Amino acid sequence: MSCEERVGSSDLHHSAGPTGSLKYRKKRVATVMNLSRRRFLQISAGTVAGLSAVDLTRRVVSAAGKDAQSGLKRIPTFCNVCFWQCGAIASVRDGKLWKIEGHPRDPLSRGRLCPRGSGGIDAHTDPDRLRTPLIRVSERGEEKWKAVTWDEALSFIAEKMQKIKAEYGPESVAAFIHGLGGKFFKHTLRAYGTDNIAAPSFAQCRGPRDVGFTLTYGDDAGSLERTDIENAQCLVLIGTHLGENMHNSQVQEFANAVGKGASIIVADPRFSVAASKARFYLPIKPGTDIALLLAWMNVIVGEKLYDKEYIDKYGFGFEQFVAEIQSYTPEWAYPETGIEPETIRATAREMARYRPATLIHPGRHASWYGDDAQRSRAIALLNALMGSWGRKGGLYVPASMELPDYPHPPYPPAGKATADNPNDRYPFADEVISTGIRDATISGKPYPVKGWLVYSTNLMYSLPNREETIRAIQQLDLLVVVDVLPSEIAGWADVVLPESNYLERYDDLHIEAFREPFITLRQPVVEPPDDQKPNWWIAKKLAEKLGLGAYYPWNDIEQYLDARLKGGGYSLEDLKREGVIVGKRPPIYFEDGAPAVFNTPSKKIEFYSTQLKQAGFDPVPRYTRPEPGPAGFYRLLFGRAPMHSFSRTQTNHLLMDLMSENAVWVNATEAARLGLKNGDYVRLRNQDGAVSDRIRVKATERIRPECVYMVHGFGHTSRELRFAFRKGASDSQLITRYKTDPLMGGTGVNVNFVTIETEA
Amino acid sequence: MSRFAMVIDTRRCVGCHDCVVACKTENGVPEGYCRDWITEEVHGAFPTVQLEIRSERCNHCDNPPCVSCCPTGASHVHERGGVVLVTHDKCIGCKACLAACPYDARFIHPDGYADKCTFCIHRVEKGLDPACVSVCPTHCMHFGDIDDPQSEVSLLLHSRPHHVLIPDAGTKPCIFYLT
Repeated sequence: MSCEERVGSSDLHHSAGPTGSLKYRKKRVATVMNLSRRRFLQISAGTVAGLSAVDLTRRVVSAAGKDAQSGLKRIPTFCNVCFWQCGAIASVRDGKLWKIEGHPRDPLSRGRLCPRGSGGIDAHTDPDRLRTPLIRVSERGEEKWKAVTWDEALSFIAEKMQKIKAEYGPESVAAFIHGLGGKFFKHTLRAYGTDNIAAPSFAQCRGPRDVGFTLTYGDDAGSLERTDIENAQCLVLIGTHLGENMHNSQVQEFANAVGKGASIIVADPRFSVAASKARFYLPIKPGTDIALLLAWMNVIVGEKLYDKEYIDKYGFGFEQFVAEIQSYTPEWAYPETGIEPETIRATAREMARYRPATLIHPGRHASWYGDDAQRSRAIALLNALMGSWGRKGGLYVPASMELPDYPHPPYPPAGKATADNPNDRYPFADEVISTGIRDATISGKPYPVKGWLVYSTNLMYSLPNREETIRAIQQLDLLVVVDVLPSEIAGWADVVLPESNYLERYDDLHIEAFREPFITLRQPVVEPPDDQKPNWWIAKKLAEKLGLGAYYPWNDIEQYLDARLKGGGYSLEDLKREGVIVGKRPPIYFEDGAPAVFNTPSKKIEFYSTQLKQAGFDPVPRYTRPEPGPAGFYRLLFGRAPMHSFSRTQTNHLLMDLMSENAVWVNATEAARLGLKNGDYVRLRNQDGAVSDRIRVKATERIRPECVYMVHGFGHTSRELRFAFRKGASDSQLITRYKTDPLMGGTGVNVNFVTIETEA
Repeated sequence: MSRFAMVIDTRRCVGCHDCVVACKTENGVPEGYCRDWITEEVHGAFPTVQLEIRSERCNHCDNPPCVSCCPTGASHVHERGGVVLVTHDKCIGCKACLAACPYDARFIHPDGYADKCTFCIHRVEKGLDPACVSVCPTHCMHFGDIDDPQSEVSLLLHSRPHHVLIPDAGTKPCIFYLT
């Protein structure tokens, strides 16, 4: 079918939804735009009132802020709309938060934020924010509360925690945490005596990738990723949708690579934005990436296109790897992947042509099919064949600042092993498995888990299978949620604690490994509008209530930050003014003297993994065909949009102006066969009968026919999220099944299938 | 003389909408409205697809129908750089300009006047780039004087293939898209 689409952004990303498959003709342009513009206007009518209720004039507490009531103040800080945490400068005009821009000297933003960062200011005035501590007054999940003081809330929590400790031991309190702000909660909980502290960012996101890379190189791909995208001459993206996935530095570097004419190879069932920049687009069948990776490696080995000198020097088990890879010819891979043998050969040669400046991107959200650590290992091995690990245009050797931590008493001696992974069932898990904590909470094995503290992660969106999460919650004696917004998980809490937003608080320093070492400071730009408190204050006060005040031997965060900075020869006063300290860049490539250290058993790059072999796994990755869905069903895939972060930005009016609901992408031919038009509302029903909220159809030539796709984070069901409520649908509603990675416990979620039901 | 223009590299643009947010905050554009927007234009059939992503706004045309049709003189060409502007207190909100603009670049502001992109003339006069250009994380947008043959925008137009929107309308747009 020949088709031309023209979708104005207002159509695509607004509640106007995708318009019909409009033929692009010159005279229709105005019509299309008018349509979208009118829809755009309609949105405003219902929402302006909400904003006017908010006091937009907040007194400014700036570093320099004595006369902050007038004039323009520019205050450095760093963003928190996503975990990338770009350095930024907030502008406060006449006492009101006006705009926020990238900090020119910050190595992450390089002076430019992404749309989420630029739009982040709206979070401050968000009328749907949590305002005061709340204690539940009815059944869990009914979202009925009484407002209480901080003292009441923290006393209530401490009392329950002491009771759990007395009855079951401190390990029976667990935490789920996301991001930098979780640091002080971890500290309080370690002091209390539990190591059951999980980040869904491990088992539900980057964990398989990090394990696959660590098994190969003895180190992971980093977070911030150590990808030298802008120096790559060939960039291979497997499902990674840079540009839609808006990690700022990576997207900036991606644009630079495109601008320099880098050869881009994209394998994705969906014609992503990145695919539109690619020299080769490989429309791969979902779930068959390992077959493609093995076939690429087969060609590169068979034609001796690899970096022999590099492998001789750094490689371990290459001969066994070569023997294992022999059978995976492009002809073998063709029926699996749908990619023609000649295309597989051509792209393998293309990669080899530019090595070592050939970067096969490790991806980030990697928990797709349950064999993800092995897929990530295959990506790691393909990079190793290119000699790109440690090389310019590949995966560089990052550096970070070192600052001493503020001294505190030693944590109590380790008690029971963490509850998530009894008997090391997942032997290569090197972080706590959040779904393992959930399993333990449901079963009471290996021991009961009776308390959860949830910080800055909406578990109803971040964990697969909501029913299991609810079943676990029903086993708890205490569920505390600390959040800025009344998220879905907050709706299930016994106690909800309102956190001040990132523009209203100090956090710990941002120190991550990157090309150049850096420290950035988050400092208050404006005051919190109500009784919200920063995470450090909440964690410290909770520790004091638990009799653990000695673990916080400082009075306020400024004292803590200044002491840490002084330990490195800096001062808080300087950093409040400058925002960022950038250190000297050490050599980051092997060829420039960066250390080539591989912390694997062989101290080399493990083409063949004896530790995997010993644990009963494939020492070289193998391919297993993904299980097909029921007849007539479509595989459900999901991803990111550049203007939203997870499920946390759907009450941001500025960002919702850009995209106020998601759409389900359906191949145009399939849509026509089903009688679906662009913009129609449908519901998706999965293989287990779970039905989504209503969602608009985007009938498009940009996706394979056997799968559908949506942007994650929409379809909110918390009634308190008034602005986001029931806008679009959530993939999380439909992810009832998941396949657990046997190496490390990651939950592959692209194993759900849906049918499409029209909405009357 | 000077002639301001914007040159936008569609190869670099990822359609992230940062230009839209920056414009809204810089210019206080009310909720529900925008002065710039993203268009994604798709051709072909899966898997042989072409996608062009464009950041669009008022084209500040050399031959602007919105100015010639304005009954009050509110819509006018600014002396500096040929920028098309609206004098708010002269505008009666009659919408003639909305109808005349082939790009649907204008809307009626809740305060009653026709509103649209100003090329951030308040910034340009201070030597700054328009807000959208200054924030773009992909550096796909360039602003400058196309009457100056040595300007970045002129050099880009000389070195790269480009197009304008709806050339047949005869409006002579000053936003150019590199392909």
